[in-house]
Amino acid sequence: MKSLDNDAHPSSEEQAIAPQLGAEGSPSQAPTTVRFNLRSFMRGDLGFIPVILTLALITIYFQVTTSGVFLQARNLSNLTQQIVVISILSVAAVLVLLLGEIDLSLAAVAQACAAIMAVVSVYQNWNPWLAILLGLVAGAVIGLINGFFVAVLRVPSFIVTLAGSIGYAGFLLLVMGRQTTLIVRDDTIRSLAPTFLAPWLGWVIPFLLVGLYGLGVWYERKRRSQAGLPLRSSLQTAIQLGCVLAITVIVVYLFQSYQGVPQAVLISLGLVVIFWLLLRKTTFGRHLYAVGGNAEAARRAGINVVGMKLTVFVMASTLAALAGIMLTSRSTAVATQVSSTLLLNAIAAAVIGGVSLFGGRGSVWAVVLGALVIGSLDNGLDLLNQDQSIKSMVQGGVLLLAVTADALVRRSGLRTGR
Amino acid sequence: MTDRSVSIAQADLASGDRVPRLQLRNICKSFGGVRALKNVDFEVYGGEVVGLVGDNGAGKSTLIKTMSGAYVPDEGEVLVDGDPVTISSPQDSTRLGIETVYQDLALCDNLDVVANLWLGREAHRVLIPGVLRVLDETEMERQTIEVLKTLDVKIPSVRSPVASLSGGQRQCIAVAKTILRQPKVVLLDEPTAALGVAQTHQVLNLIRRLRERGLAVVVISHNLHDVFEVTDRIIVMRLGQRIASFETRKTSSEQVVAAITGATVKVNEDV
Ligand SMILES: Nc1ncnc2c1ncn2[C@@H]1O[C@H](COP(=O)(O)OP(=O)(O)OP(=O)(O)O)[C@@H](O)[C@H]1O
Ligand SMILES: [Mg+2]
Repeated sequence: MKSLDNDAHPSSEEQAIAPQLGAEGSPSQAPTTVRFNLRSFMRGDLGFIPVILTLALITIYFQVTTSGVFLQARNLSNLTQQIVVISILSVAAVLVLLLGEIDLSLAAVAQACAAIMAVVSVYQNWNPWLAILLGLVAGAVIGLINGFFVAVLRVPSFIVTLAGSIGYAGFLLLVMGRQTTLIVRDDTIRSLAPTFLAPWLGWVIPFLLVGLYGLGVWYERKRRSQAGLPLRSSLQTAIQLGCVLAITVIVVYLFQSYQGVPQAVLISLGLVVIFWLLLRKTTFGRHLYAVGGNAEAARRAGINVVGMKLTVFVMASTLAALAGIMLTSRSTAVATQVSSTLLLNAIAAAVIGGVSLFGGRGSVWAVVLGALVIGSLDNGLDLLNQDQSIKSMVQGGVLLLAVTADALVRRSGLRTGR
Repeated sequence: MTDRSVSIAQADLASGDRVPRLQLRNICKSFGGVRALKNVDFEVYGGEVVGLVGDNGAGKSTLIKTMSGAYVPDEGEVLVDGDPVTISSPQDSTRLGIETVYQDLALCDNLDVVANLWLGREAHRVLIPGVLRVLDETEMERQTIEVLKTLDVKIPSVRSPVASLSGGQRQCIAVAKTILRQPKVVLLDEPTAALGVAQTHQVLNLIRRLRERGLAVVVISHNLHDVFEVTDRIIVMRLGQRIASFETRKTSSEQVVAAITGATVKVNEDV
């Protein structure tokens, strides 16, 4: 699915357009063009290569050391369900990071909103959907509070959300009363995460999506050729679509050969797709990248930067609430203790997938890759019966590597830019 | 002093009772203790290129920023086509048809050329009427290529991120950005500062083309050669004040230099 990403866009068209624009240009310009193409190619298409290689290495290592258990359909089904919460939380983190801000309260918000849902469901006997809605609205309100301080009062988001993470954890204790864990009995809520799609639905939905994607690519191509714009080669397009199709078939087949496509995985992947489309195809997304890249330029271009930041923080906290609800559904209970690794894993997944901590750079597909890396390490080390100490050290190391790579890319970008 | 320079300008250029496209009266602006603008008057007519010159820190950029809505003046009034207006944000000035190319280029390094050119006024395609619109990348890319071709701007690809372009290429993108919006007034803050000979020539040609279209153009520049090549009128600022106004055709660069540095202004101005 990674090949869906639009970052692939620039590089392939460059070769095609360069001759056209440079046609009347002096011959001395030719070398710059070639060098430029190569550089941006590294940034675009190949940007994901290091992560994919890392993932491949991790997979091979665990496949060998667990003597084949790691890649079994059963284990992969478990693994993908284990990373659902991280993935959803990580989508939230990506949105905030693209803006050039950070949200350290995501995990606390997730748990606090889940607690609100659980309390009204257990004690007040609310309709489960109403309870879920209340949890999401609570998330949105919290996002509005965070966003107000960051966007309107211009307090650094690091401080606002750090304070928030403490405050919302306290709020969680308040909501839960004397309970340390609250078991949710409602069937609707409990079945959100652990349900599997009926086999036919498990095939139909993914293929409908891939079909739509193919249609979109084809239509875009037609429009480009009508407008006389350079096209990427049909071979390249065919390979791109082929890869998407192949990955989809393999993944769905693996799921089907165990218990079916997990609903939770579909929800989290669906969110990635929705936010990918939102970021790449709409004005909102374009403006989000602009604010992250150069807030002053965005402001001068007439973009409402304050409104933008507010919206993003509301979206992030609402997504966090959803993550908390999925977590509750999976574990059938809410705890008063905010998970210590959840937040860092969510941000780590984004950064490992190539989302810059400095804003404006990265794709929401990073979430899938990053969460897979983190989930694989966790799952594989579990299979090997490794202690939490080892797991933490390995995860810390991987995160450090990812952040270092981000800083290095940024530095080389500054060197080459201008 | 300022009053006189205004009247000179109007006598020279305003044949009959022409109304300035954009006029500023008595503008004051302070940054803490620094009085960046002191009772500045300014006017530019349609189909006219005005050069705004002065030493570093004279207040040229600040003046332009009050016209573009980046700064709100402490005092004074702004008129567009004779009507009083308030410009309190960049959106206001855009709405009034005033476009600006800033000295510190307002481009997003992480976005490509097309995205930067259309930032804030993207073209759309309606998927579900009233509900869902998506960016019309094809149309934006087509028009971008067209505009860059008419301006004779050469870049490797309209899909390359702006960060990877040269200073001159970036400047051209910044100028092209304003033209795409079909404005009434274009403000250019040192548009040729970082450019080579050929690209300077391009930008100056571009400015002439704007004038031919009947736009009002204001150009800040330290390069008097460029100023004399392209402007109709030159306004000199010093220490936050407008101190002289010349008609380019009837002026020598010595006179302008003298006004900028403050040497024997009186004599020159009265010529
Ligand atoms: N944002 C600001 N905050 C504080 N002081 C400022 C600000 N902007 C400008 N100034 C001050 O206002 C005065 C005029 O600055 P301005 O940038 O308008 O000069 P300029 O004529 O454009 O100079 P240059 O030719 O160097 O660009 C300077 O003294 C400057 O220090
Ligand atoms: Mg200046």
